[in-house]
Amino acid sequence: MSNLRLAWRKGLNIVMLSLTGVAAFLVVAVLFLILGFLIYNGAKSLNWAFFTQLPKPVGETGGGMGNAIVGSLKLLLLAAVMGLPVGLMAGVYLAEFGGKTFSFVIRYTTDLLNGVPSIVIGIFAFAVAVVPVKHFSTLAGGLALGFMVIPITVRSTEEFLRAVPGSLREGAMALGASKWRTIATVVLPAAGGGILTGMLLSLARVAGETAPLLFSAFSNTYWSPGWGQPTASLPVMIYRYALSPYDDWHRQAWAGGLVLLSLVLIANLGCRLILNRRGSFRSV
Amino acid sequence: MASAAQGKSTTTRFAPHARAAEVSSTASAKEAALRFQISDLNFFYGPKQAVFGLNLKIPANKVTALIGPSGCGKSTFLRTLNRMNEIIRNTRVEGEILLDGQEIRTMDVVGLRRRVGMVFQRPNPFPKSIYDNVAYGLRINGYKGRLDDLVEHSLKRAALWEEVKDYLKKSAFALSGGQQQRLCIARALAIDPEVLLLDEPCSALDPVTTAKIEELMFQLKDSCTMAIVTHNMQQAARASDYTAFMLDGKLIEHSETPKLFTTPTDPRTEAYITGRFG
Repeated sequence: MSNLRLAWRKGLNIVMLSLTGVAAFLVVAVLFLILGFLIYNGAKSLNWAFFTQLPKPVGETGGGMGNAIVGSLKLLLLAAVMGLPVGLMAGVYLAEFGGKTFSFVIRYTTDLLNGVPSIVIGIFAFAVAVVPVKHFSTLAGGLALGFMVIPITVRSTEEFLRAVPGSLREGAMALGASKWRTIATVVLPAAGGGILTGMLLSLARVAGETAPLLFSAFSNTYWSPGWGQPTASLPVMIYRYALSPYDDWHRQAWAGGLVLLSLVLIANLGCRLILNRRGSFRSV
Repeated sequence: MASAAQGKSTTTRFAPHARAAEVSSTASAKEAALRFQISDLNFFYGPKQAVFGLNLKIPANKVTALIGPSGCGKSTFLRTLNRMNEIIRNTRVEGEILLDGQEIRTMDVVGLRRRVGMVFQRPNPFPKSIYDNVAYGLRINGYKGRLDDLVEHSLKRAALWEEVKDYLKKSAFALSGGQQQRLCIARALAIDPEVLLLDEPCSALDPVTTAKIEELMFQLKDSCTMAIVTHNMQQAARASDYTAFMLDGKLIEHSETPKLFTTPTDPRTEAYITGRFG
């Protein structure tokens, strides 16, 4: 009887252990599968021209996505300029100043904003930044992405600030620092690596957004000078090229996907490096 | 006397060398001076009262120890002296707290904390270099002199200079717990406070390091008034001149340390110091 029970326990243990192991393996496998697929299909089309040249008309081989890469970088720059400061400040408010009720409202709203489907954000940007001027623009695209950057930055900033031990704040205030001085000179530097990581990750996340850009930055077959014109971007370009009936464009789309994924991976690795170099702020 | 001491402190705020010399020459005159005078102090966390009608005099250039069981309000009381409890929401202070004859709640809080420094239970160095930790208080208070000299002087006063003089640019986290605590003392001493509040400064440290800090307190007496909260009665007996025993938010007994430990007048004090409770 007891032997049977022991065997059952051991068996169950092995089964559950294997199940969780398989699930863990699947998680890793999915990423490597995607990466492998992208490299297999896209690596051939990757060359210097891909990064520097404009797309060629249908029928001509070669050409690149230079305008889309530059366009994506410009859009991310705008998103960073518009979204990160707001997100950072709101995060500081939530972690350091907020009362109970008001903070709850902000936190809840932030989570809701984070959950708004990206296509709805696209429509909103269309209504406020495209309709009034009657044309698509890089600015409108940056605005849409900026909206999406805010909630992620707010929450990650708040989390990292909360992780800073209260004893550091007390130490600074006991030396006669005002609350704002304490935050600016001790708390923010202590959480700096983490906050920076959160910001980079939020940018990496919106780098791949397609839906909001369809309504705002739209697309462009040529270089987009300045900030007021529609611009090409990697996700939209991949979308258009992948749906086209031409084999050559399919290859270009794969290469675009590879570049986009590489950018995100590099951003992630960069974050790890920053966090490791900064080390932990805990004492003793 | 009180106003004279105050005037001196403002003119020599950032000149510890000068003040240390001055203090030793007038030490006998200051012998009887009172730094803090606390009358009828009540303290509340929301509706919960933590300190009841406390009266205490803290003499200048002496070490006053606060002992008592956990939760008796001694840390709370210590933190009212530099208004650190104001950080906590929903707290309320009643009564009178005079620093050199002046009510501290009418003072500018920055000026008060500059005069009344604090060392906490766990070492809390900032995530900066050793040098920047010590210089922090000077920088935020707008000190425009030679930082190097004051950093060196402060580290020497905290008996840490010899151990760190070649690593000033290294992170403060590279130091051991005891070194970190002495760094925190150096950081507090850099702005040359008249009073140093120590909230169980040795509870996270080993006996050797504890001895170093007690030695340090002894040396600091000629330039600084100290109030120390401690759980360790041997420490109170060794390191303090006066001892105050607190229980359930009330001050039970306050007298010279040898007297309190040898001939306590209150039976509760005797019960506590002989280890019958707490």
